[in-house]
Amino acid sequence: MSSPSASTTAAPSALSIRGIRKRYGALEALRGVSFDIQRGEFFALLGPNGAGKSTLISIIAGLVQASEGSVAVLGHDTVRDYRAARRLLGVVPQELVFDPFFKVRDMLRIQAGYYGCGKEVWPWIDEMLERLDLTAKAGSSMRALSGGMKRRVLIAQALVHKPPVVILDEPTAGVDVELRRMTWAFMSDLHRQGTTVVLTTHYLEEAQELCSRIAILDRGSVAVIEPTRQLLARHPYRFLRIKLAGAAQLPEALRPLITGESDGTLELKLETSRNPIGGVFDALRTAGIAIEDVHTREPDLEDIFIELTGHPAKAGGATAGAAK
Amino acid sequence: MTPDQLGFYTLLKKEVMRFWSVLGQTVTAPVITALLYLLVFAQAMKGRAPVYPGVGYTEFLVPGLIMMTVIQNAFANTSSSLMQSKMMGNIVFLQMAPIGPFEWFGAYVAAAIVRCALVALAMLLVTMPFVQLPVHAPLALLAMFLLSAGSLAVLGLIAGIVAEKFDHVAAFTNFFITPLSFLSGVFYSVHALPPLWFKASHLNPFFYMIDGFRYGFFGHADVPIVYSVLWAFGFFAAASAVCLWMLVTGYKLKR
Ligand SMILES: Nc1ncnc2c1ncn2[C@@H]1O[C@H](COP(=O)(O)OP(=O)(O)OP(=O)(O)O)[C@@H](O)[C@H]1O
Ligand SMILES: [Mg+2]
Repeated sequence: MSSPSASTTAAPSALSIRGIRKRYGALEALRGVSFDIQRGEFFALLGPNGAGKSTLISIIAGLVQASEGSVAVLGHDTVRDYRAARRLLGVVPQELVFDPFFKVRDMLRIQAGYYGCGKEVWPWIDEMLERLDLTAKAGSSMRALSGGMKRRVLIAQALVHKPPVVILDEPTAGVDVELRRMTWAFMSDLHRQGTTVVLTTHYLEEAQELCSRIAILDRGSVAVIEPTRQLLARHPYRFLRIKLAGAAQLPEALRPLITGESDGTLELKLETSRNPIGGVFDALRTAGIAIEDVHTREPDLEDIFIELTGHPAKAGGATAGAAK
Repeated sequence: MTPDQLGFYTLLKKEVMRFWSVLGQTVTAPVITALLYLLVFAQAMKGRAPVYPGVGYTEFLVPGLIMMTVIQNAFANTSSSLMQSKMMGNIVFLQMAPIGPFEWFGAYVAAAIVRCALVALAMLLVTMPFVQLPVHAPLALLAMFLLSAGSLAVLGLIAGIVAEKFDHVAAFTNFFITPLSFLSGVFYSVHALPPLWFKASHLNPFFYMIDGFRYGFFGHADVPIVYSVLWAFGFFAAASAVCLWMLVTGYKLKR
């Protein structure tokens, strides 16, 4: 067994990413990315479109050659020791790729064979088909599946050899609400059974809900990598939404705090230390303004994401918070 | 079976299943095309003097037709399989798997040879009512078949790796494989050609494949069998070296 170069005493990380750079001509898609993902983590890799998430995953999976740097899966270098590294890794690609020549179950058995797994994993394949609600389609041609079904086959395909480390590149993109929940439950089960799960998504509430640690990639560099709770606590502020009675205007002193307005409801961003909520209420009472409705909101990942990257996580600016 | 062996075997099986699922296109169609050539040319050339002593034109034609069909189908099998995987994107399933470049190479080439063996046997079978071919040198026959089918399978892999769209593979087929396989002495003995064409034919690797294959049946050929085997082997070795270099370095396949 090859040992990791850095810490030979401790057990190797699930994924160890060291100084990865990737140049496409003049474009530098990854500019020196280094971090480790520990065994048993449920990890989110976030970032705006084009940040380099899929490129990084492709390098880990052996689909793309890094210009510089190295990756190890549980201590096995993905280039020098690629057979061991790949047996320990399952990757769900972002693109909906499939082989039109084969039926669902046959395709999964073939994929298992590539990993040196024979009949002993057939029950596991059928179990996954059941869990992913694909049993009825097991004998269908890949061509005949809907997009959401193809996505689920991709998930099963990445897991045929029961890898201890799984990376899912936008597993819930284009998937309906019910299916998304099913996918979440499936991933959570995997994680509970000891699998290290890495997820990319543009639905930040998904990352916030499921993942214990988050890295945000922006223009090819890691902008932040922190436990989810710490990341959320990073900004000691909250949002106050108030609807004032009648046509009342906010007192002058409170105006700079406004961050948004819709349908007569104002959103104020309050720093917990400098603008306590009580102070706002006092100011309104002093000015003789009645409040019709009030509502507070903790900052969520979306707010932090925008602060760090300057973009909303989803195209079109629909925020995760607004969707709730 | 070790896991690595099972990986290789699975890929080979998958490649065979791929052409098997469209047998009409991959085996029946080329056999019918070759039969049509046989009927037309055998009729047109009826009554000509035997090319070799005691070998009639129809007899002479069949081995060449088989080899020409093998050449075209070996190339078509690997090039279209790889190209389709690239275009559909499902090549990632293979690239992510712990399958090394040598297994990859071996499985694709072996599957193409299986298809060619089916095509060749089917052609022997359907031409049986018209011609009964002798078998003079079975080992030479087998060697020429394997080296030729193997070489073209490797060439098809190279084309599949290099091509960026189907047009590129089609161009390679139309401007290289098809003309060279036609101008390789399938329909005539090169001794019947004018001097310039006679010389040019000896630069065509497919000429040796067909000539050596014919030797295996009749014990007569335009060049000594040793030359044909050496040419075919050299061609196979050179193409394999290039192809394996591409697979090992990830040329074009790994962006
Ligand atoms: N094969 C390629 N050739 C040239 N440039 C590429 C290639 N693949 C990716 N890129 C570029 O690299 C950058 C990172 O792309 P990547 O697909 O990794 O982003 P991403 O973070 O996965 O984005 P998304 O959220 O949209 O999936 C982009 O600017 C992209 O245009
Ligand atoms: Mg992506």
